[in-house]
Amino acid sequence: METNCGECGGTIKIPKDAVVGEIVSCPDCGLEYEISKISGGKVELKPAETVGEDWGE
Amino acid sequence: MRWEEKALAQEAKKKGARVVTIDAKILTLDSTSEPKQIRKEFGDVALERCISYFRGLHVTAYLEAKGLTVINPHEVGETCGNKYLTTLALEKAGIPTPRTLFAFTAESAKEAAAKVGYPAVLKPVVGSWGRGVAPLKDRESANTIIELRDEMDGAMNQIYYIQEMVKRPPRDIRTIVVGDKVIAAAYRYSPPEEWRTNVARGGKTAPCPITKELEEIVLKSAKAVGGGVLGVDAMESPEGLVVHEVNNTVEFKGASQVSEVNIPAAIIGYVLELAKR
Repeated sequence: METNCGECGGTIKIPKDAVVGEIVSCPDCGLEYEISKISGGKVELKPAETVGEDWGE
Repeated sequence: MRWEEKALAQEAKKKGARVVTIDAKILTLDSTSEPKQIRKEFGDVALERCISYFRGLHVTAYLEAKGLTVINPHEVGETCGNKYLTTLALEKAGIPTPRTLFAFTAESAKEAAAKVGYPAVLKPVVGSWGRGVAPLKDRESANTIIELRDEMDGAMNQIYYIQEMVKRPPRDIRTIVVGDKVIAAAYRYSPPEEWRTNVARGGKTAPCPITKELEEIVLKSAKAVGGGVLGVDAMESPEGLVVHEVNNTVEFKGASQVSEVNIPAAIIGYVLELAKR
């Protein structure tokens, strides 16, 4: 699966075992996206959240 | 969703459980919802794995109020996600833990640092991955770092947690506790040009034997915070092991690489046991 970066148009490859909620980044511009939907071999992305001060384990 | 959550979901499916992954970011919760309806949506038991501490804590409180079993319980999350509360719980249970001074203004924080002695460590009360953990090497750098903290927004930044710097080798120990067992342990070595050992900062793991001493202190620590699925971190001080942290939504990718135990499978086994009750 592949999709295009909304910012620079670069090609983002989506791993086969990708799941909704996973973070992918554009290899060209580095922008990070969260996978918001996967259906019928198509994937939808939304901009990933930036790291919050309460993030972690 | 991290590597850990994917591994957990896969293991649960392998064990034949019905798995629903719920994203707290798109969730709206209604105070008036019927517990029966919530159970239908969330299942018999919820494994809280939010990357945001406060989000996870509040979702847990809601689910518990609606009668669900959540791992870990709200009280455990509250204690572990806040280093101040963790230290108090460990100290109260008589577990060796680094001496820590607490202060609530920059002025008194400077005094606290001088009192604990240099080098000391200033840690954010809430936070992870070693972020904002600063060594206070001498009076000058301590005062500057504390002044910078004073200028930061956020009420939690005015809670100063200043800890003695433990004389340890360039590694600490991450253990994974599931219920009443220590299922895995790993040394975490700090990467070059770095003193923090967090895997998120590039720390490397190596196998660590679960000695009697380690097992005892780790299980006692897990019990002190309320138990469940936990990451208990210990350091080797000249006086013996000290526990400095207990993690509520433990990351175990690093430990998995050097452990023979299938960590996500063990966690899911525990979750399914609780679901049966």
